[in-house]
Amino acid sequence: MTAIDTSYIASVRSQRENKGRRVTLGLVFALVLASAAALTLGDFPVPPGEILRSLFSPLTGLTNKGVDFIVLQVRVPRLFLALLSGAAFGLSGIIFQTLLRNPLASPDIIGIAHGASAAAVFCIIVLGWTGLAVSLGAFAGALLTAFAIYILAWRNGVTAYRVVLIGIGAAAMLSAVISYLFTRARLFEVQQAMAWLVGSLNAARPGDSIVLAAMLVVTLPLLVILVRGLDGLELGDDTAHALGTRVEQTRLGLMIAGVALAAFATAAVGPVGFVAFVSGPIARRLMGGAGRGIPQAGLVGALVMLVSDLLAQHALPNLQLPTGVVTGGFGAVFLLWLLIVSGRSGRVN
Amino acid sequence: MTQAHQLMAAGLHLGYADREIVSDLNLNIPAGKLTVIVGANACGKSTLLRGLARLLTPTRGAAYLDGKPIHQMPTREVATLLGALPQSPIAPDAITVADLVGRGRYPHQGWFRRWTPEDDAAVAEALGATDMGELADRPVDELSGGQRQRVWIAMALAQQTDLLLLDEPTTFLDINHQVEVLDLLTDLVKERDRTVVVVLHDLNLACRYADHIVAMKSGKIVTEGRPVDVMTEEVVREVFGMTSRIVVDPISDTPMIVPIGRHHVEKAVA
Repeated sequence: MTAIDTSYIASVRSQRENKGRRVTLGLVFALVLASAAALTLGDFPVPPGEILRSLFSPLTGLTNKGVDFIVLQVRVPRLFLALLSGAAFGLSGIIFQTLLRNPLASPDIIGIAHGASAAAVFCIIVLGWTGLAVSLGAFAGALLTAFAIYILAWRNGVTAYRVVLIGIGAAAMLSAVISYLFTRARLFEVQQAMAWLVGSLNAARPGDSIVLAAMLVVTLPLLVILVRGLDGLELGDDTAHALGTRVEQTRLGLMIAGVALAAFATAAVGPVGFVAFVSGPIARRLMGGAGRGIPQAGLVGALVMLVSDLLAQHALPNLQLPTGVVTGGFGAVFLLWLLIVSGRSGRVN
Repeated sequence: MTQAHQLMAAGLHLGYADREIVSDLNLNIPAGKLTVIVGANACGKSTLLRGLARLLTPTRGAAYLDGKPIHQMPTREVATLLGALPQSPIAPDAITVADLVGRGRYPHQGWFRRWTPEDDAAVAEALGATDMGELADRPVDELSGGQRQRVWIAMALAQQTDLLLLDEPTTFLDINHQVEVLDLLTDLVKERDRTVVVVLHDLNLACRYADHIVAMKSGKIVTEGRPVDVMTEEVVREVFGMTSRIVVDPISDTPMIVPIGRHHVEKAVA
């Protein structure tokens, strides 16, 4: 036995915490830059000074109707929607990935996004709904799917392995449902449903972010409390139990939070692919062992969503792509990279 | 860690689904001693340890911590009195030694994870006791099997519980690391007055290190006591279904079991 200086341990710990803080600050800085770009760029470029004036115009009274409309009615709502939905996807993804100890276990892979999609397509094609009603339907679909997966995976408790397998099965089944609905739909409805399925911020209106923002306000404090339980849960159920974690309650609570985040985000912008999937691993890599990177994954999600949306709008002249096309392309490359890297280091999960 | 805490089982039944593994078991864990549980595979020794550690709810009877049925006590309260290390804990990717050992502070921290100097001191002490100090900021993935096992033990130590239950902490370790781990556990008992219960596979190491040995077969205790007093050729035959000869360990004077199989047994004629 050797005596270890307490101050040495404290310094090792504060080094770790400082690294986490640096990553967070870097991400916030990148988000501010990307947000500034999102407000400036467009068919009608607005210089930064004008943006600031416009943002503060409700307070200062210095208005310019044309510019204010573009900034406050078009770009700000789109920016908010991108940030909030990206953060929600990112958080939801890393919660599932951490809980199920598998980078493939994000909600867009284990069927929850598929549940939302199938419900939305059903609402559009069979019920003829549009707008907010479709979002509500998608939300209900996500919750219902998550619940079904949980029940089917339950056998004296829920193990990660069963949730992933049953989730992938559910995803395949729900994809089949979507295909079936397409075969019996009219062309116009299919177009409408496809637009929703790809996921897009093109139709962002001022009110869209409010539901999502309210939901984040409710979920985040809950998450702060529950995430502590991951200290133990990450080490396996028995170890968690031995450390005094209430295993089933914590896991159920985190799953509900993760499903709610994914469901609300999907309801708001459609199943924008791969944002939930890539955010966690990117945040982890940035942290490099300095922590779980859960808040950082939220920031990465917001950044991925925002940058993808910028690319979707401005990368090709005269053509606005749906955001989901960009995230899909980005995510597919990332998935390949993840498989190659983990294959090389001999770790698959 | 104030006065010694008392762990015992009375009429304890443990099982999974409809299969009973441990039936009607009574056991007193001697305080301030190293207790080793031995037995053949599937004799219920790990299940018993899980029952004693509150990781498994009994089907009948109970394990008692200081006279209270342990499965009715609040999880967090138990975790401040009794630490347990299951057979295969999972280390998250890229986690550092100090971070993992710090997880042992969980039951002592509030909702918002405020680190106090006591937490740092507990981690420092645990790393010191396991000789892992200079590896504090290294990722656990990069350590050897023996070092990794010491990190897990350090985590359980950082929990600062009077009682420590470990399930096969020496499995998959080279013989030198096995001895290292058992020495460390003995240090804890002798120098820090901890009560340690450990499930072991190796009978000879069990006999050498145990203050109190518990031999199990089909969910029941065959015998318990000091290894010198209870480890006989009959007990080995009953527990493992194997003939053997018991000699005196030349190093520790404890019983040493020499197995007798069908081959290479020229001198076994009784």
